[in-house]
Amino acid sequence: MPQIETEQASSSSSESLQRVIAAYAASPFALVQILREAQLLRGWLPREVLAEIARALGLTSAHVQGVAGFYRFFHTRPVGAYRLLFSNNITDRMLGNEALMRDLCRRLGITRGKVRADGRVSVTTASCTGMCDQGPALLVNHQYIVTRLNPGRIEHIAALIEAQVPPSQWPPEWSRVDDQIRLTDVKLGTQPSPGEALAAAIARGRQGMLDDLKRSKLRGRGGAGYATATKWQLCRDSPGDAHYVVCNADEGEPGTFKDRVLLTSYADGVIEGMTIGAWVVGARHGLIYLRGEYRYLLEHLQRVLQRRREHKLLGAAIHGQADFDFDIEIHIGAGSYVCGEESALIESLEGKRGTPRIRPPFPVQRGYLGQPTTVNNVETFSAVTHIAMHGGEWWSKIGTPQSTGTKIHSISGDCERPGIYEYPFGTRIGRILEDCGARDTQAVQVGGPSGVCLSAFEFNRRVGFEDVPTAGAFMVFDRSRDMFTVARNFAHFFAHESCGFCTPCRVGTKLVVRRMEKLQRGDGSAADVQVLFELDKLMHGTTHCGLGAAACNPLRDTISKFRPAYERHLKSLHFVPGFDLDAELSQARLVTGRDDSGAHLENME
Amino acid sequence: MTIAFDAMPPLHAPRKLKMATVSLAGCFGCHMSFLDIDERLLKLLDRVEFDRSPLTDIKSISRCDIGFVEGGLCNAENVQVLREFRANCKTLVAVGACATNGGLPAQRNQLDIGRILRDVYCTQTSSGANQIPNDPELPLPLNQVHPIHEVVHVDYFLPGCPPSADAIWTFFNDLIAGRTPHLGHGLMRYD
Repeated sequence: MPQIETEQASSSSSESLQRVIAAYAASPFALVQILREAQLLRGWLPREVLAEIARALGLTSAHVQGVAGFYRFFHTRPVGAYRLLFSNNITDRMLGNEALMRDLCRRLGITRGKVRADGRVSVTTASCTGMCDQGPALLVNHQYIVTRLNPGRIEHIAALIEAQVPPSQWPPEWSRVDDQIRLTDVKLGTQPSPGEALAAAIARGRQGMLDDLKRSKLRGRGGAGYATATKWQLCRDSPGDAHYVVCNADEGEPGTFKDRVLLTSYADGVIEGMTIGAWVVGARHGLIYLRGEYRYLLEHLQRVLQRRREHKLLGAAIHGQADFDFDIEIHIGAGSYVCGEESALIESLEGKRGTPRIRPPFPVQRGYLGQPTTVNNVETFSAVTHIAMHGGEWWSKIGTPQSTGTKIHSISGDCERPGIYEYPFGTRIGRILEDCGARDTQAVQVGGPSGVCLSAFEFNRRVGFEDVPTAGAFMVFDRSRDMFTVARNFAHFFAHESCGFCTPCRVGTKLVVRRMEKLQRGDGSAADVQVLFELDKLMHGTTHCGLGAAACNPLRDTISKFRPAYERHLKSLHFVPGFDLDAELSQARLVTGRDDSGAHLENME
Repeated sequence: MTIAFDAMPPLHAPRKLKMATVSLAGCFGCHMSFLDIDERLLKLLDRVEFDRSPLTDIKSISRCDIGFVEGGLCNAENVQVLREFRANCKTLVAVGACATNGGLPAQRNQLDIGRILRDVYCTQTSSGANQIPNDPELPLPLNQVHPIHEVVHVDYFLPGCPPSADAIWTFFNDLIAGRTPHLGHGLMRYD
């Protein structure tokens, strides 16, 4: 697919816009990609540009504006020539991102979230950018990564912006992203040479490969743990004009960065897994949904795809099989956590707002463009490649009976050796903590904010679908950390990322934040903690999708396991307002000139 | 020897619950809806005795079981009355849209209250002394209208503008009978 990327705002911007639209054949399904590239022309999406896109794609302006307004990385107002987003995961916080952001704002003379008067720069936060093991991290113009921020780099960044040096000319070592692979097992160990696993899969035949996958008992690595072979069989057996294989590389769960490493250094294995998937389900088209934060990997992935095309591992008649044509396109997300949910991801692939669909029908029945679609995690495809090489029998012997094989963990937080660790399922939490050099640990958040928070008395539990399931995040907190602050950060994350479709999640996540902020200010009481509990219960039972239901998981875990951390923030035994009541009479006192006792309200504590 | 329990009168008739009601920054619409329970009011009086309420015209509240609060908080007096209700009622119920969310009066929250007072009392078209009333007898308006749960702990919310008579009846019947009130589909509404 042609990629037109230009940063210059030119007078012929309409012409450039037409080129972008033409590159995607004016397809309404490419709306998200068209918006992303159109935004590169001027740094934001003015109304007239949206209107022009709407006309060209045969969509209503309301639809196009609705899509543009949905994604965090699309801007319907100017955000400056430099858009700086500080990754705001709890791990970035723990590494001091707040002070660094304040410092940068001070140096640039701006307030957070506001564009500077000269229109040059704006600074704010973004959800986790997947650099937790080498943070604090910065994302510039949704494209350039800066890792390992420190006061020196902040000073330098401010100077570069004042000198109008484009981010592409900033010191290259700043954007160095290390894999930091600390412990390897079967998936991160010896890799088959490109095409080897595919040849093995083709030799088994389509059904033979599926049977072997069944024997492996492989379960999805995205968190839900659905049996991969069952998913593929259901997809294959669903009638449709076309079948699709989608790789979910929208690794948005804060604290997770294993897919980033797989796509960086093991891309062949992942793409080969997708190709094997296509062989099994009979797909001719594949899509990689790459999260916007990993935009910097695009050229690398395009090169891998191109190389595989040249080696006849993609394209027509793969491996000389006349009935096996398959190719892959890359779709880039635009900053939306909820698009990691497979049906929301499909909506986004179709150029719409990333709102989860009602299921059934499941994507294996009616997915991308209404056709049978299998959506699998990056790590799942990588596992498929190794299963094709060594057989399902071999894989099923690794791990535990219900959780076969290995799991890659993204370890960050309070430990000496953050990075990537691969363990067989069934590994004890305590063992992982020892290996990464975690000391004096009070809690581990496994599987990200929507996962589970484990306290020290649970470190003998084991990773696996039978006990502690995980999508790959492993954030360590030592005893110096306030677990209330951790929960508060997660509450802000969910409120920030709610797609807004259903009221329980849109309003509920906000109510949680307000209550947490009340506690933070010291205006909390036991009654407020009780309200948080009730909100958790309400949201669990009423939200449209699983992400809304999971939004209160960290809250529930931390309240039940770290209640004193909350109680430390309580000021009063009784309920107190979250604001100064006497100050609420200030305006009226001013205009009436009164100061008698009736003109004041006692703030009771 | 057997005792015929049926024949024995109850040793204790259930104590009547004490209930207080008030309309703060509301329109008395919730109280009107409450009166719409019609003859069921008599049944209610078998179980409930009214303390402070527009129904009794009792001006000060004493210890109560149930407090029924209509309206949000728009001035200092509202806050003081609400605090008295909270201090005296075992169970406090926010009744209606204004008590629950601030309601219609909260529409002024977009404006500066000082400016509103000046515009109303100190412009050419306004009548009177061209001065903002400053009698200490008058409660001062708050900068913002607040729902009651932002100032005191509220045990239950009964939404609606107003909640229907049937909703009010079902709700207080549950409460009096010792059941956690549950308004099912149809009775639970916000308009």
